[in-house]
Amino acid sequence: MGYMLEIENVHKTFNIGTINEKVALNGVNLKLNEGDFVTIIGGNGAGKSTTLNAIAGVWPVDQGKLIVDGTDITRLPEHKRAAYLGRVFQDPMIGTAATMSIEENMAIAARRGERRGFGWGISKKEREEYKKKLKVLGLGLEERLSSRVGLLSGGQRQAITLLMAALKKPKLLLLDEHTAALDPKTAAKVLEISDKIIDENGLTAMMVTHNMKDAIVHGNRLIMMHEGKIIYDVSGEEKKSLSVSDLLAKFEEASGGEFANDRMLLA
Amino acid sequence: MIINYLSSLDPTALLRALPGNVAQGLIWGIMALGVYITFRILDFADLTVDGSLATGGAVAVMLIKGGMHPAVALIFAFLAGLAAGFITGMLHTAFGIPGILASILTQIALYSINLGIMGKSNQSIGIAQQNLVASLRYVTADDREIFFLKLILGCLLLVAFVYWVFGTEIGSAIRATGCNPQMARAQGINTNFTKVAALMFSNGLVGLCGGIYAQYQGSADVNAGRGAIVIGLAAVIISEVIFGKLCSGKRFSFAYTLSAVFVGAILYYVAYTLVLWLRMPSDYMKLFSAIVVACFLAIPYLKEKHAVKRRMAK
Ligand SMILES: Nc1ncnc2c1ncn2[C@@H]1O[C@H](COP(=O)(O)OP(=O)(O)OP(=O)(O)O)[C@@H](O)[C@H]1O
Ligand SMILES: [Mg+2]
Repeated sequence: MGYMLEIENVHKTFNIGTINEKVALNGVNLKLNEGDFVTIIGGNGAGKSTTLNAIAGVWPVDQGKLIVDGTDITRLPEHKRAAYLGRVFQDPMIGTAATMSIEENMAIAARRGERRGFGWGISKKEREEYKKKLKVLGLGLEERLSSRVGLLSGGQRQAITLLMAALKKPKLLLLDEHTAALDPKTAAKVLEISDKIIDENGLTAMMVTHNMKDAIVHGNRLIMMHEGKIIYDVSGEEKKSLSVSDLLAKFEEASGGEFANDRMLLA
Repeated sequence: MIINYLSSLDPTALLRALPGNVAQGLIWGIMALGVYITFRILDFADLTVDGSLATGGAVAVMLIKGGMHPAVALIFAFLAGLAAGFITGMLHTAFGIPGILASILTQIALYSINLGIMGKSNQSIGIAQQNLVASLRYVTADDREIFFLKLILGCLLLVAFVYWVFGTEIGSAIRATGCNPQMARAQGINTNFTKVAALMFSNGLVGLCGGIYAQYQGSADVNAGRGAIVIGLAAVIISEVIFGKLCSGKRFSFAYTLSAVFVGAILYYVAYTLVLWLRMPSDYMKLFSAIVVACFLAIPYLKEKHAVKRRMAK
């Protein structure tokens, strides 16, 4: 069996040739097995989001290769890669279309990677299915199928985006600090839903977080990024037995004795 | 003096102008429908309209002069509009030109093309022309009820068609693109394709409107579309201000919204006539239209700003 995701020596520099030139990814290598759930930590600007964006194809990478389940996607445009990927963003506004209803958003997600034609945008049968899936969230959304998503709270929108990401089983689920904009209680709930969806569908997932405890508790593998590189990669028992202070120590070691930034300490 | 002025105004003149206003409003409503698609659904300020409207007229008139049935000529007016929208779409998506600029480039280019199609700046179809889809003379004819009935039916059919298109998978994809392109791409939608498709559909309707309007007027003019976008926006905005609340939250609310655009266009022409009736110089009509649109566009923004301020004060 091959890997679900292979990132080979990926480089990305923004604003090449200007004073704002910034090396964001400096030779990233990573291989994920099917069913791996990896959490990603690192300071601000370490390249976590850039890594996920490189996979999603928001822009082309400068160098390196991206392979999903044996398919080389390095040169595919973003909308074609979407066939393989489920994505949830930090900003709850980004994952859904605010002026469209809950069911319309879900129907769009259900057609990810398929040809869209002149068939009706949503069928009665789908509607029933969505109702069932929404009910599982326990947020009462199953009664509001035709409500505009823009009327919902950030947490509700994030929960729907998660459902949408898994409606059509993705080969890889990308979560970029998807609970960071939520209040602690809602964040915990959304995280719980994430775990459940990943578990029930047997998804391979990557989750960026600034919360070290979450990074340790969730998933079976943890990587730490620093200056565009993966500097630490643990899994299995070793990961489970990590403590927050272990991670802080690692971080300080990597950044050459520099203190971990505030956001990491607070987490 | 004021009394002189007032007594010189003839209320029956207003009434007499009403059928013409309705006909004109319904015809221009087709263009406004196109503007609604780009401006509201795709969130793209498309100025191609000013050019593609004249193109539709030019194509229709030249084909009719060449002996084609006026109704068939409308198909080509629609196709010409599609082509215009395609050019704007490609300039924007394939060549990365900002939307408004891309549409202005097409609009300018179309001016020359329209002159090329017609060979001169104005071409008219003879008074005796038969089988016109719409015409000024129908408005005063004895059986004008039938003309209006047909016109209204035609507009409703268009509403039904647009309603259907935006209910399909492709239509939903276009709506998602307009609302949130990032989400659309993450869900596998080729947003370049949907943008071009929407621009084509919109300008197709505008071309169709141009073709019908040229028949209505009995001539096509290279300047027919000047300021058309403002009229389209005015119709859309008037309809939203008056019917916005009424249309929302119901079943088929989208169909009501689309129909309201036609009413908005009619009201625009009623207001237009009213202003002329008050003997305001017609030279200022465009200024008047621009001010009306600017105000209505500004109202929601200012309202929101005011509301925020009040919330902060609390
Ligand atoms: N589209 C872009 N254009 C220019 N620079 C960018 C872009 N995206 C990211 N960068 C830069 O690349 C570097 C890495 O950014 P990235 O967003 O990956 O950090 P991160 O690890 O996600 O940090 P954070 O924890 O703050 O989200 C930063 O210096 C950032 O400013
Ligand atoms: Mg980030």
